Amino acid sequence: MSNNRKTPFDPNRRRLLTGLGAAGGSLLLAGCGSGLSRNQTVQAALGSTDTLTQRIQNWLGATDARVREYPPSQISAHPRPNGTTDPTNTQYQKLAADHFADWHLTVDGLVAKPLKLSLADLKSLPSQTQITRHDCVEGWSYIAQWTGVRLSDVLNQVVPADNARYVVFHCADNFNNGPDKYYESIDLATAHHPQTLLAYGLNDDQLPIANGAPLRLRAEGQLGYKMAKYITRIELVEHFADIQGGHGGYWEDRGYYWWAGI
Amino acid sequence: MTANETTTQVVKRHGRATRLWHWLNALCLLVLFMSGLQIFNAHPALYWGEQSHFDSPVFQITAKRMPNGTPVGVTKIGDVSFHTTGFLGLSQHDGQLAARAFPDWITLPSPQWLAMGRHWHFTFAWIFAPLLFAYIVFTLINRYRRTLIVPSGREWRDLPREVLDHLRLRFNHGLAYNSIQKLTYLIVIFGVLPLMVATGVTMSPTVNAAWPWLLDIFGGRQSARTIHFIGTFALLAFFLIHIVLVLISGVINNMRSITTGGYRIDPPAKDSAEPYE
Repeated sequence: MSNNRKTPFDPNRRRLLTGLGAAGGSLLLAGCGSGLSRNQTVQAALGSTDTLTQRIQNWLGATDARVREYPPSQISAHPRPNGTTDPTNTQYQKLAADHFADWHLTVDGLVAKPLKLSLADLKSLPSQTQITRHDCVEGWSYIAQWTGVRLSDVLNQVVPADNARYVVFHCADNFNNGPDKYYESIDLATAHHPQTLLAYGLNDDQLPIANGAPLRLRAEGQLGYKMAKYITRIELVEHFADIQGGHGGYWEDRGYYWWAGI
Repeated sequence: MTANETTTQVVKRHGRATRLWHWLNALCLLVLFMSGLQIFNAHPALYWGEQSHFDSPVFQITAKRMPNGTPVGVTKIGDVSFHTTGFLGLSQHDGQLAARAFPDWITLPSPQWLAMGRHWHFTFAWIFAPLLFAYIVFTLINRYRRTLIVPSGREWRDLPREVLDHLRLRFNHGLAYNSIQKLTYLIVIFGVLPLMVATGVTMSPTVNAAWPWLLDIFGGRQSARTIHFIGTFALLAFFLIHIVLVLISGVINNMRSITTGGYRIDPPAKDSAEPYE
């Protein structure tokens, strides 16, 4: 590049720039036609920002911070249920008919002392109540009061093995009664967050079926799809590549970020 | 500068970094705009405050059926409804009318696909935001860069005359930006664009945990989302005016200055000093 400020013309450079512009333009047109979005390499490249987002939020200390809790006056009249709202499988229907008296939560995987807990067992553990905001990946929010036990209290009972890295939640429902079971996973840091609950109560009442009865996850600071409903089993694993689609969750297997903090 | 004694001269107007920044921004903003509309389409309603009052959105794009069964696209601002069939609420997709807020030709990707919309949006946000931050810091600490964009006292006084000149479509081609340009770029670069980044991160529940004051500044997560949406269309308005002015104030000269840097300036006016430095 010449230093002469008065002679900016360089035919080669202009040709290069024109070429780059044309290439960029056609890339975008292809993107608009969704061709780029279907390309696996592009999906992987764009998907890698998942880890970037998590690292930056970690670095900011955001993942350890407690989310804001709201006054009771802010509780919404519409704690809008999403996803499956009424699992139709007979096993679940039977449990629901008995008000989940026969329901059990299994906690196993990479743990020293696997556990089986009834709803009464869970309710006999120290409870925690918090009024927080629920944010859906679609963009909407509501504020509700959740009651349950700290996940960390349950994990302390089972004693996770040293190589355990993720907590996987297996659910009773086939999402929207389709072919695949709902499941989700969080890392141990999120699992030990003081606001991470296994919730059995909503707004001073039993957790309704539409919102995940008898037990759902509250991973505050994450989006709604992380917060598995209708939990039947909690499994501690080193990695989740061999579970269902291998991406750590029902929605993750369908292209959504594993890190649901954004 | 040793003036070349011709009536006009071509000077180097924009440095390499500025030109590169401009085109990266153009690409980022295009992707962010189109993928942002894709994300909006997943729940095409806006609210004020922390949460969604589903019964009373401040803005909504939807589709409904008329009593005679005909589907229509409806855009609602508060209580006022407009029929926007063909563009908003109801538009052609794959050869048939589909209920979707923004039409497929303006969203990235075209079909309803929230996961990929989020991938595009956040990837380009991670490119765009650091570049904006770097530009702002660089402009604040570098005196020369500051003079490029911050109007001087004289330029503030020139503003009314400059407005009149623009209204008459009479454009001055000086090396430096005129006062309207400076003011506009100042508002966009130091105002609207940082506002977009700030309202964007306010929608992240994890960021809310670390910086709850962001919620207080914008009045809640749903307010932040609404401001983000308004900012989007403020930027679109800026873009359209920008393009019109680029076209009518000498498109070849303008495009050259932002790609190779060369810009033909007006001959120096008799009463003014040198056009440059």
